Amino acid sequence: MTAKIAYDDVEVGTELPAQTFTVTRDTLVRYAGASGDFNPIHWNERFAKAVGLPDVIAHGMFTMAEAIRVVTDWTGDPGAVVEYGVRFTKPVVVPDDDKGATVEVAGKVAEKLDGNTVRVDLVATSGGQKVLGMARAVVRLA
Amino acid sequence: MALDQSFVGRTYPPTAPYEVGREKIREFAEAVGDPNPAYTDPEAAKALGHPDVIAPPTFPFVITYRAAAEVVGDPQLGLDFSRVVHGDQKFAYTRPVRAGDRLAVAQTIESIKSLAGNDVLVIRGEVHDEAGEHVVTTWMKLVARAAGEA
Repeated sequence: MTAKIAYDDVEVGTELPAQTFTVTRDTLVRYAGASGDFNPIHWNERFAKAVGLPDVIAHGMFTMAEAIRVVTDWTGDPGAVVEYGVRFTKPVVVPDDDKGATVEVAGKVAEKLDGNTVRVDLVATSGGQKVLGMARAVVRLA
Repeated sequence: MALDQSFVGRTYPPTAPYEVGREKIREFAEAVGDPNPAYTDPEAAKALGHPDVIAPPTFPFVITYRAAAEVVGDPQLGLDFSRVVHGDQKFAYTRPVRAGDRLAVAQTIESIKSLAGNDVLVIRGEVHDEAGEHVVTTWMKLVARAAGEA
């Protein structure tokens, strides 16, 4: 594991570069196929509405995959992630248009731990609402 | 109807191995739009100290989600999957999943709680490679919404 960020160079409060991700219906179809999660709430508007959702929603696991990129792009080595957990607090609603939805992800070093590891707290929002809660990763730095 | 608390601690036998291929990792990385070369270029992965391309951090869910079908579909447990939403997800890694891995998942029902009429179930998956070495532990929290609630 060779992270490009050194433990000694970060402190509590260090901000990671924020990123914005776009999610369209096309994204969801691709993710369904790659992940094997074919739940129709992620691609079938008729079904999603019948179960009380406003529209098709993104896979929570897709949003989780995007959010950790703030950490893996920062360290360079995705294998440096030691722990990663999130709570799915609000669905990301994906309209049937070319724009789709956007998810903004910010991250900050929240704690320096043993073994050159740090805890990064992530904040993911879509349409101004937090879509992940308790989004935390522990990552090993150089 | 509340789930039976006696299912807490129930374990399921390890799944047949899931063989992780380079092209599956590439497909997954493309689906999440992540161009990190560690996922697609063996030389880039080696430069980071990995023996082959590695999978993105959330990739193990592909394997554990498949395995969890046995638990959520257990007729004795009686979970109504049409009312289930994914509440939380957590991973604790010993090492990243990589191409060539043959991974088996041993699942345990870690907890069952009833909150405001909703059933909350946590399934823990211990993922080991063919040598029996630990790769990652996953926790999937499922919330089965109370009947009558949209």
